[in-house]
Amino acid sequence: MRIALFATCLGDTMFPGAVSATALLLARLGHDVVFPDGQTCCGQMHVNTGYQPDALPLVENYADAFGDNGIDAVVAPSGSCVGSVRHQHEIVAGRYGSPALCSRVDEVKAKTYELSEFLVDVLGVTDVGAYFPHRVTYHPTCHSLRMLRVGDKPLQLLRAVREIDLVELPEADSCCGFGGTFALKNAETSTAMLADKLCNITATGAEYCSAGDSSCLMHIGGGLSRLRTGTRTIHLAEILASVEPAVSPKGVPA
Amino acid sequence: MPPVPPRGSGNLRGVAAFPAAAHQELANTQLRRNIGKATHTIRAKRLSVTGELPDWEQLRDAGAAVKTDVLNRLPELLTQFEAAVTARGGVVHWAADAAEADAIVTDLIRATGSDEVIKVKSMATQEIGLNEHLEEQGITAYETDLAELIVQLGHDKPSHILVPAIHRNRAEIREIFLREMPGVDPDLDDNPRHLAAAARKFLRHKFMTVPVAVSGANFGIADTGTLAVVESEGNGRMCLTLPQTLITVMGIEKLLPTYRDLEVFLQLLPRSSTGERMNPYTSMWTGVTPGDGPQEFHLVLLDNGRTAALADEMGREALHCIRCSACLNVCPVYERTGGHAYGSTYPGPIGAVLSPQLAGMDAPGDPNATLPFASSLCGACYDACPVKIDIPSLLVELRHQKVEHASFGIEAAAMKAASLAMSSSRRWTTAQKAAGLGRLLAGKKGKITSLPGPLAGWTEARDIPAPPRQTFRQWWNSDEGRAALAQAREKGRQQ
Repeated sequence: MRIALFATCLGDTMFPGAVSATALLLARLGHDVVFPDGQTCCGQMHVNTGYQPDALPLVENYADAFGDNGIDAVVAPSGSCVGSVRHQHEIVAGRYGSPALCSRVDEVKAKTYELSEFLVDVLGVTDVGAYFPHRVTYHPTCHSLRMLRVGDKPLQLLRAVREIDLVELPEADSCCGFGGTFALKNAETSTAMLADKLCNITATGAEYCSAGDSSCLMHIGGGLSRLRTGTRTIHLAEILASVEPAVSPKGVPA
Repeated sequence: MPPVPPRGSGNLRGVAAFPAAAHQELANTQLRRNIGKATHTIRAKRLSVTGELPDWEQLRDAGAAVKTDVLNRLPELLTQFEAAVTARGGVVHWAADAAEADAIVTDLIRATGSDEVIKVKSMATQEIGLNEHLEEQGITAYETDLAELIVQLGHDKPSHILVPAIHRNRAEIREIFLREMPGVDPDLDDNPRHLAAAARKFLRHKFMTVPVAVSGANFGIADTGTLAVVESEGNGRMCLTLPQTLITVMGIEKLLPTYRDLEVFLQLLPRSSTGERMNPYTSMWTGVTPGDGPQEFHLVLLDNGRTAALADEMGREALHCIRCSACLNVCPVYERTGGHAYGSTYPGPIGAVLSPQLAGMDAPGDPNATLPFASSLCGACYDACPVKIDIPSLLVELRHQKVEHASFGIEAAAMKAASLAMSSSRRWTTAQKAAGLGRLLAGKKGKITSLPGPLAGWTEARDIPAPPRQTFRQWWNSDEGRAALAQAREKGRQQ
């Protein structure tokens, strides 16, 4: 399959390790991975903060970047950004864009996938041949869980990783408190939510907290780091890309 | 432009912006503990009784469909409902806003000659601030729902739709009763049974002596004129059956077209609100029955911003709400802040939607304008809602409406700049170079621990890692990236 990587603006700029891991994993699985250079951002921040007209150029840009018929699928290591492509782009295009844009948005959205659903649903694979000899707990991010309904697909993938010590996260489906600009506009409430998430993570004794969204991991990791907990964050893609005898990926230091 | 229907008034707006109000509430450790415990308990109960029904999703679909139908035909159904209530001996009054509804109810109570009234737990009368208004008019209202009574005696405000005293524990309730309840036993302890018995003794006397009751309604049936109240304690039924006069205040969106539609809603409501298969008491009445129950029945149909909400094509879905409070119980924000932070009678996720819709949010500095932002958009509320209100999408829509009406500020300028930078990869890669500034800020620590201005909220409790030396894009176009990819392909071929 010819797979286009959608790096996401945050992944491209701040967490390239998660994106390169996605690229290496898909290449290892035998696919032709491409990176359309025109891509930037899905526009979720604009839509979720109330700036829909300002999201229109980003929605157009996404359709331009990935509209190529030679691309079989677009894969992003983010439930949140894929959620925006799937649920918000049509709203923005319908309100402010042309009918032509609306149909392009529909076409591109139909072939855009979050990593875990792409692996399990489209490629039909759960054992990706990964090796990761560490204690890991997994936080299912809200948008992957409730917008994309990925269910336990990420866990199916993690369970198949050799030598992993996967421990269940208590109250896993509670939000970590990130919520984009929510963490800035309601920083104290967000922190209160984060505090409970951190308690649950540290209670597992895990060395790594993993998730499918770099944004949520940035939030959780920011708290783990501030408190010197000794637990670090790592994107799901980085675990799945890890193979023996390669040196373990580093994640984000605690 | 079509005429804009008037907004609602009454207890639909707090005094402080959500972040400021939340700041106070977050510091209340007793509240945090009580609400955390209570919401987790109700959550688990709800999941067990919704999970056992094989047709729960179809019930939700049916509930949403019935409510959509009601809103699409609201004028017609209301006229039908009025005629049916009148034909059965009830008197129908129409109230455009809180003040009108308060005045109508006050006049009706005065006409009976009583200066006391007993009350069934009701959100509509909380919304219009009826108790406060009656007090000003020299009429004493007694809340008969145990939790509402605790709130009333404590000179407090409800913090939850279903469990208004969720923020109080039994020690606090004992103190309130000892201080405020006339004729209370001075040796009362904080055993829940004893607390309930004290309230019962106090309330029984009121049930037997007060000749007027005020209630809300969970449902009104358009074709028969029947009203329904569901409750757990039976105190509501006392109020609905014992007095001579019954006055019911009902929001106009509470209609169901036919009696049969109750089949759907009497399954959805108790399972979603208290986590019970069936609530203990369901009272239904139609007009006046000679010689049985109240001999005078008045129905006050309340608009108070509902028509304005109905006029909003996207937002009208919020009028599906049946006030079950399932969204509060699963909300991670509500769980930490409690209900008071929302300011309005309607707290939690649905309150963050309904309050601005009913009462507006466009005036400068309106606290309601902060409510749509009081959510991480985690989506737990949408999953819990028995009538499938897509609350996260409504919050996003209200944020959009808020920004459309706001004056241009720093945030708007930043969003415009980001939009411009991100709408072309050439400009974006240039902007990414600013990440170098982040590396500078991080310094030798390798992380950013303090940021200025609107970003300071983040670094008060969280670090940010230093931006990497290379963006993904740079790695992809580097020899290193190409080599790594080639190696991964090779590895794949070997496997």
